[in-house]
Amino acid sequence: MSFIPGQPVTAVVQRIEIRKLRQGEHLILGFSIGGGIDQDPGQNPFSEDKSDKGIYVTRVTPEGPAEVAGLMMGDKVMQVNGWDMTMVTHDQARKRLTKKNEDVVRLLVTRKSLEQAVRHSMM
Amino acid sequence: MLEEGRGCWSWSLPDFPLEMALIDKAGAECGGARVAFKIDPRQLAASANLLSELRLPPDKTAHKLPLRLPAAKPSNLREALGQSPGRKDLVAMDTESTYSGYSYYSGRSRGSHRHGERSRDHHKSRSKDGSRSEKSVTINAPPAEPLLGDSSVLGEEVQDDNWGETTTAVTGTSEHSLSQEDIVRITKDMEDSVGLDCRRYLTLTLAVVLGLLVFLTPLAFLALPHLLWPEKLQVCGTACEGLFISVAFKLLILLLAVWALFFRAPRAGLPRVFVFRALLAVLVLLFVVSYWLFYGVRILDSQDENYQGIVQYAVSLVDALLFIHYLAIVLLELRQLQPAFSVCVTRSTDGETRHYNLGQLSIQRAALAIIENYYRDFSVHNPALLTASKSRAAKHLAGLKVYNVDGEFPATPATGPGNNAATGLAHSQSRAMIAAAARRRDTSHNELYYEEAEHERRVRKRKARLVVAVEEAFTHIKRMQEEEQKKAPGDVMDPREAAQAIFPSMARSLQKYLRTTRQQHCHSMESIQQHLAFCITNNMTPKAFLESYLTPGPTLQYGRERWLARQWTLVSEASVTSGLKEGAIFLIKCIDFSLVVTAKRIPYIQLSEEFIDPKSHKFVLRLQSETSV
Repeated sequence: MSFIPGQPVTAVVQRIEIRKLRQGEHLILGFSIGGGIDQDPGQNPFSEDKSDKGIYVTRVTPEGPAEVAGLMMGDKVMQVNGWDMTMVTHDQARKRLTKKNEDVVRLLVTRKSLEQAVRHSMM
Repeated sequence: MLEEGRGCWSWSLPDFPLEMALIDKAGAECGGARVAFKIDPRQLAASANLLSELRLPPDKTAHKLPLRLPAAKPSNLREALGQSPGRKDLVAMDTESTYSGYSYYSGRSRGSHRHGERSRDHHKSRSKDGSRSEKSVTINAPPAEPLLGDSSVLGEEVQDDNWGETTTAVTGTSEHSLSQEDIVRITKDMEDSVGLDCRRYLTLTLAVVLGLLVFLTPLAFLALPHLLWPEKLQVCGTACEGLFISVAFKLLILLLAVWALFFRAPRAGLPRVFVFRALLAVLVLLFVVSYWLFYGVRILDSQDENYQGIVQYAVSLVDALLFIHYLAIVLLELRQLQPAFSVCVTRSTDGETRHYNLGQLSIQRAALAIIENYYRDFSVHNPALLTASKSRAAKHLAGLKVYNVDGEFPATPATGPGNNAATGLAHSQSRAMIAAAARRRDTSHNELYYEEAEHERRVRKRKARLVVAVEEAFTHIKRMQEEEQKKAPGDVMDPREAAQAIFPSMARSLQKYLRTTRQQHCHSMESIQQHLAFCITNNMTPKAFLESYLTPGPTLQYGRERWLARQWTLVSEASVTSGLKEGAIFLIKCIDFSLVVTAKRIPYIQLSEEFIDPKSHKFVLRLQSETSV
C-alpha cells in the first residue's frame, strides 16, 4: 500500500456494502476508524508505511453490520460512496460515513492479503 | 621458669611448644594488653588446653599485632630457642621461621570452618607457601583502660624499659618501622634549613638594596643640582613645583606597589631561582643604571641650569618604573591565571588521581600549585593500607625458585661470548620462571576475593556498633540553658570535661573500628577528645562527629607530623625553570610516595553561534483519534 508521489495510487480493493443498523435514533455501522491527514500517522498500528495518513479500520464490533458485510480490522478505507478517503481529515471521514439520509454505505477497502491473494491467483 | 620484670611476667612451659610473647594482667604497665601465640601445628591439642587454662576470652576478630617495636630486641626465649633475631622480612619465606608479622585469621576466607582449618594448617605448614598457612591467634586480655594503646611510639618506649626483654620480638613491617625514614627525614631537615635560610637572606638583601636604589634615585636627581650648583640653578616656577607633587605621589604609589608585590612572606621555597623575578630585577637595574649614566654625563658634567627639565627627567624615570611594575604584575600574577594546561596527578602508592587546570607556569611553580592542591584534595597517605598487596607480591615471588641443574654458573663477565652466555642464562631463567608462574594453579585470587568480602563485612559490622555507641553517648550530654544555669550551679562541665565524660563509652568501639580500617595511627586519644569537645561545643550531631573517622580526610586534617611539608623533591628531566609543555612529565617525591604529574594542553575550543527566533517555537498535538461510526 505504498504510493509513489505524483503517481496515481493503485491498490487491490474489495467492495463492501454495509447496511446501517438503526439503534434508537442513531444509525450505526459497527466499526471505528482512525487516521486522517490531521492525525499522527506514526501511531497507526495497522499501516505498513508509517507516513500513511489514510483512514484505517481500528475496531469492528462483533455481530455488527460491518462484520456481517465482511469488513476486517486493519483495512484501509479508500472510498466511501464514491468519495475519496485517502486525503481527508478525520472529521471529514466521520461525516462521510455517518450521513443521516443514507442507509447504505459502499466502501472500497484494501488490505495486504488482497494483494497476495491476487498475486497467488495469477501465478 | 618465671621471669619477673616490672609487674609483667612471662613464662615458658617446656612441655608445650608454645612461645609466649607477653602476658599482661589487668593493670597494663607494660603498655599493651596483647598476647600473641604461635601455634606449632604439631601440638594443637596442647594449645587448646593452654587457652582454657588461661581463661582469657579469645578475641577472634583482632588481627593485627600493633607492632610497637622499632628496635626489636631479642628476648631470652628466642635466644634460648636458637632463632636468629631481628628479621625484618614481611613474610617468612622459609619453613623454619616461626614468626610471622601479619597473619590474618582467615579461616573463613578459605571457605572452611574453623575446626578443619587447623588440620589444613598441619598439612600445609611444611609447604613452600609456608607464609600463607602460618596462623597466629591474638588474644586480648581485658584492658584496664579503653585507650588507644598505641598512641605514640616514643611514649611507650619511655614507659617500659623492660618490655623488650620480656617479649618475644615480633618481626614484620609495622607502621612504626619508619626508623629508616625518620633518619632520612631528620637529615633532610637539617640540610634544608641551613641552605634555605642562606638563600633567603641573600635574595632579601638584594631586593632591599635594589628597592632603595630605585626609591632614592629620583630624589637624588632632584636634590643633587641644589647641592652642587645652587647658584646657577633657575628658580623653580609653578609648573615645576606642580611636578614635585606628581613625583611625590607617584613615588608613594610605587613604594606601596613594590611592597605589595615583592615584599611578602614567601610561602614556599623553590629549588631554583624564580626566573621572571630575576629578569625583572635585572631590567630595573639596567634601566636605573642607564638613567644614571645619562644624568651623570649630560646634567652633572655640564651642570645644566634648567631645573624644570631635570624635574621632568625625574618624573619620566618614575613613570617608567611604574610601567615596569605593571609589566611585573602581568608577568608574575596575571599570566598564570588563564588555564592552559590540564595536569593529571597520580599518587604512586595507591593510584589516587586528580586533574587540575593550570596556567602557563614553570615546572617548579606548577609543582608548588599541585602540592598545595594535594593538601586539599587527596586523602591522607596511609601506609597501613598497602601491606596487603605487598604481601601478595611477596607470595608470588616466594612461590618459585629457579635451580640450575646443569651446574653451569655464569662466570664473571670477562669477554664478549662469556657475557652473552651469562645474560642468556639469566634471560632463560626469567623466562622459565614466567612460564612456570603462568602454568601453576594460583589460587591467590580466590583468597583475595574472600578476604575482601570478609573485611567488608567486618568493617560494616564495626561501623554499625560504632554509630550506635556514639549516638548513645551523645544522648548523655545536654546543653544547659540560661535559666538552668542560675538554678543548678553544681556539676556543670565545660566542653572538654564533657568530652572526657562521654568518651569512655564510645572509646572501645571507636578503637576497634579504627583498627579494622587501619587508621589507628592517624588519630591519637588526645586528638579524638579534642574533636569531641569541638563537636559538642558547636552543636554537632553524632554523625557529624563520626564523619572524620569514617572517611579519610585530606592531609591537613591530621596532625602536623603527617604533613611532611619540608620533604618534597622535584624530579624532572626538563629544567625546572622551563615552562610546562604538552606531554611534560615530572615527579614530586615525598619520602613515602611520589606524585606523578602529566601535563596536557587544553585544546583550542572553537565556539560557534546558532540563532533561534523566539517566534519559531511552535507546537502541534500528536493526535490519534478513534471514532466509532
